[in-house]
Amino acid sequence: MAITPPSERVWWKEPIAKVELVWILIAFVWGLIMFFMMIYWHGAGEQNLSNEAYKITPVRFSQRAQAMIDQYTVRQEGIYPVVHPPPGSDVYLIARLWQWWPILELEKDQTYRLHLSSMDWQHGFSLQPVNINVQVHPGYDMVVTIKPDQAGEYGVVCNEFCGIGHHNMVGKIYVVE
Amino acid sequence: MASSAAFRICPTTGLKVNLAAEKLIKANAVAAIVFLAIGGLFGLLVALTRWPAVHFLPADWFYLALTAHGLDVLIVWIIFFEMAVLYFASSVLLNCRLAGPRWAWAGFVLMLVGAVTTNVAVLQGQSSVMFTSYVPMMAQPPFYLGIILFAVGALIGCFVFFGTLVVAKQEKTYEGSIPLVTFGAMTAAIIAVFTIASGAIILIPTLLWSLGLVSYIDPLLYKTIWWGMGHSSQQINVSAHVAVWYAIAAMVFGAKPLSEKVSRMAFLMYILFLQIASAHHMLVEPGFSSEWKIFNTSYAMYLAVLGSMVHGMTVPGSIEAAQRSRGLTKGLFEWLRKAPWSNPAFSGMFMSLVFFGFIGGISGVVMGTEQINLIMHNTLYVPGHFHGTVVAGTTLAFMAITYLLVPLIFRRELKFRKLAQWQPYVFGVGAAGISLFMMGAGTLGVSRRHWDMTFADAQLPFDYPSAAFLMMGLNGIAAVLATLGGIMFVVIVVGSVFFGRKLGENEKPSYPEVPPSAVAVAHYGSSQSLRIPGTAMLVGVFFIAFVLYYFVNWKYLSEVWPLS
Ligand code: HEM
Ligand SMILES: [Cu+2]
Ligand SMILES: [Cu+2]
Repeated sequence: MAITPPSERVWWKEPIAKVELVWILIAFVWGLIMFFMMIYWHGAGEQNLSNEAYKITPVRFSQRAQAMIDQYTVRQEGIYPVVHPPPGSDVYLIARLWQWWPILELEKDQTYRLHLSSMDWQHGFSLQPVNINVQVHPGYDMVVTIKPDQAGEYGVVCNEFCGIGHHNMVGKIYVVE
Repeated sequence: MASSAAFRICPTTGLKVNLAAEKLIKANAVAAIVFLAIGGLFGLLVALTRWPAVHFLPADWFYLALTAHGLDVLIVWIIFFEMAVLYFASSVLLNCRLAGPRWAWAGFVLMLVGAVTTNVAVLQGQSSVMFTSYVPMMAQPPFYLGIILFAVGALIGCFVFFGTLVVAKQEKTYEGSIPLVTFGAMTAAIIAVFTIASGAIILIPTLLWSLGLVSYIDPLLYKTIWWGMGHSSQQINVSAHVAVWYAIAAMVFGAKPLSEKVSRMAFLMYILFLQIASAHHMLVEPGFSSEWKIFNTSYAMYLAVLGSMVHGMTVPGSIEAAQRSRGLTKGLFEWLRKAPWSNPAFSGMFMSLVFFGFIGGISGVVMGTEQINLIMHNTLYVPGHFHGTVVAGTTLAFMAITYLLVPLIFRRELKFRKLAQWQPYVFGVGAAGISLFMMGAGTLGVSRRHWDMTFADAQLPFDYPSAAFLMMGLNGIAAVLATLGGIMFVVIVVGSVFFGRKLGENEKPSYPEVPPSAVAVAHYGSSQSLRIPGTAMLVGVFFIAFVLYYFVNWKYLSEVWPLS
């Protein structure tokens, strides 16, 4: 029994039953398939992180974001500037207690280099209802190249706990034709 | 020290039970269950708050309760109980005195003091940082101090366990190799040492930082090392509850492992392929290469997962083999149909096995896939997954073995038998429910650790789909069910331990039924005679579910915005 010492003293020499061997083999091959699937997706799939990231201070990051806001703001929505940067450009989204700043307006089927960084604590970039989720750290500028493929209005929910205002931290991204 | 070497003979199993070890097992199990009760109630409060129609707690209390819930159940309940498992698997199963019972008590006291310290810090309200306490969000110093004390106490417990193995070997209290269950517990203890080291490396500087003695801790570095503790400690839980599965199969059926070699190799894989850097928690963080992530999540072929898949066959397989050798050979499933479903030790154990595999296991591997993590990270899918592993899996398994510990170690007759018969089902269904509904809500994008999914006070509006609200309502109902199961458990155990009839010195408990255990029914290693077609079928169903669900999620992923 499993709660007593093995009754066969040299248990390591006992043969293994066929069903067990077959299952081990299947499970092993399945592990290999899952491993290669991730590699395969880097070539064939369209959803991969570039893993491009830089160390940056919050001050530097907000300066870059402000430069983009100054240049490309097209209108105001309440306190939020709505920024329409040119396709292909570097786009900055500031995460801070408790806002995603500014509102971005992007064009459908164009690519953008989206930069994400936090001014204070960790935040979670959760693009809804698409459901893309990326962690945002202070001190790191993470670059994600995105290509919105459907027009509409999207929410950016914060999904890393960031203090008492966490549940109020919602941003917006427009995708226009 | 005459007293520490005193024994009694267990009338049921014939094992020599060391009285010092017995006391420690009791103390640790009781402490565990107290914290399960506290933490479970916090869990109920959290779930009621996340039920949109109820929205029970105010925001600050919600985050406080969530922090307390995570700490008390994931850390305090589970690790206290694991200490009881370690002492049981070493001293009792090896007929051996416990090495250094005073040290074990010192460890126990440290753990208790640590747990209370951290709880007080959390309840004071300035430490609602979640149990992960990601920097640069800062808790009060006692929050970290308490966790460190608790960890040191647990480390002492691990060394007492190792010491006992050495003593047993020297004093030749057993013949041949250690039992499989002890081997599994040893796996857990080895991983625990590694885990606690990682914890110390990161939490001691964090404590100093909260005291103002260290000026900066890199958030990414913190997270990487913290999960070296956080993830590996989940591997402790898996090793411990798999050992518990084997123990229950042995005690209820007299089941023998199909092959000692295979089962031990599978445990060994947990140690060898422990994810040192716990990369699957870092899949969408800045600055890690894909090569690093892929290699570290899978070690090229998912060998730790392989270990669990092997146990997933050998545990039910050994039960099937035992049952068939008793003559329950009709069809594929007579052995399972005629299993003692009203024995809570068995029903709890078997549900734990099924839910751990189907819910916790599959979702964990899927979510830990580099790219798929993008559509799940930090959504409610994550707590959904781990309620499948640590609640429906580990917690249910620990509850199940408690039904055997009450008569065998506490020497009390189990009270409230009708209630006990139902308890695993109520808790199991509730736990499976919260897992599945949180996973459902997460698939629809709902954030974890979030007080208000309507965003009523946000500057900008956003609405989750109405199906997500439905999921959270169902989650609330399942949570009530799970809580009910939890309360039943506490009532039964506390009632029996304090008010149950004391068993006489040589009296065998009549409930739950434990058949004459010495009959080793299955003959392992007999590659010709072993027939376990029912288990093969179950494993086949599991495998198909796994493959389908895995590829469905690639399909979901392929539908989101292209990213590169
Ligand atoms: C009565 C039973 C339980 C209920 C109703 C329950 C419910 C919940 C809910 C609703 C959440 C919140 C998810 C969120 O908002 O992010 C949660 C979080 C959590 N639960 Fe449970 N749970 C129960 C038992 C347990 C047990 C037994 C464990 C561990 C063994 C556990 C471990 C956790 C952990 C680690 C978290 C995450 C906390 C965090 O995000 O910081 N739960 N639980
Ligand atoms: Cu935030
Ligand atoms: Cu947040």
